[in-house]
Amino acid sequence: MPPDSPPVAVPAPDIPESATSTPPGLIALFVAFAKMSLAGFGGVLVWARRGIVDQHRWMTADEFNETFALCHFLPGPNIVNLSVVFGSRFRGIPGGLAAFAGLVGPPVVVVTILAALYARYGEIDALRRILAGVSCAAVGLLLSAVFRMMMPLIKRRDLIGLVILAAVFIAVGLLRLPLPAVLLVASPVSIAISFVVRRRVA
Amino acid sequence: MNSDANPILTLAWTFGVMSLFAVGGANAAIPEMHRLAVDVQHWMTDKQFADVFAISQLSPGPNVLIVTLIGYSVAGVAGALVATLAMCGPTAVLAYYVSRFLTRSSRSRWPAIIQAALVPLSIGLMGASGLILALTADRTWAGALVTAVAAALAFATRLNPFWLLLAGGCLGFAGVI
Repeated sequence: MPPDSPPVAVPAPDIPESATSTPPGLIALFVAFAKMSLAGFGGVLVWARRGIVDQHRWMTADEFNETFALCHFLPGPNIVNLSVVFGSRFRGIPGGLAAFAGLVGPPVVVVTILAALYARYGEIDALRRILAGVSCAAVGLLLSAVFRMMMPLIKRRDLIGLVILAAVFIAVGLLRLPLPAVLLVASPVSIAISFVVRRRVA
Repeated sequence: MNSDANPILTLAWTFGVMSLFAVGGANAAIPEMHRLAVDVQHWMTDKQFADVFAISQLSPGPNVLIVTLIGYSVAGVAGALVATLAMCGPTAVLAYYVSRFLTRSSRSRWPAIIQAALVPLSIGLMGASGLILALTADRTWAGALVTAVAAALAFATRLNPFWLLLAGGCLGFAGVI
């Protein structure tokens, strides 16, 4: 379990006494994921790591990274995949469903209420102006996430990666080609290239 | 093509398929959502799409909930639920089986290779999302400036994104944008 993490000053805030905590039950899974999800503005990942690794100690940091890497390479919303994989690892399919319901259920209620408010009041001028301002800032946040993700490629001088990145950007962003078609071409090409590159390095 | 089909079924089919192609998460699928919702199905206008993105960023929870909002605007509460489940369900089932398979044969190096290969793709897709949303949201120079400043601040600092969204909302309310 997690003895590889050095015994730093951990005052064990709200863990009963067991450092290697017992596997969570269905209700604990639901509640934990609901909390992470409702705390997460602009992405839940940070809160998921904090909850699973630091607070509940259900996984070590390495286990969490491995699980997240798996969920990142699968299609679909990463954090949703993570909740299912995580929950089912402890409690089988019911555990996966409990974590999924906790992650998605409560915020869906919030968002649906917001959607109803928007449908009713969306044309009010003040609200229109506020939303216009929020969307400008929200686009900025998205762009900053793109730059953050690009930094490792730039630092590594990963020219092939940057060319693939640019090609996908042009195909989807400028030419507006359908996503499945672009992926059916780009993924095999990219996988083949990185396979060849790895073999040459190894 | 299937414009007179049941909207709920169209939602389920559209997002169910998208779920399996959304490499790099929900934000990378935004160009495809925009193409389908605005250009193909005519569920909403460009401006409404920008609004829906703003609302989804303002609310807590995973980014994927933008599909809940699109679903609601098409077919009310039922549409919201169907769109959400369709976008999350297929990939969740896939994730369950792949993770079980991999924990049994954990020595394989294919996951690492595939993952490394998909990283540039998903960044390119997110960049395309940024471009498409910037074209719909930034209708004025002031708006584009707000986007640029928010991007720079979020990139260079550890500021909670919520404050940037709030500041954007205040500037919008004041009529600057």
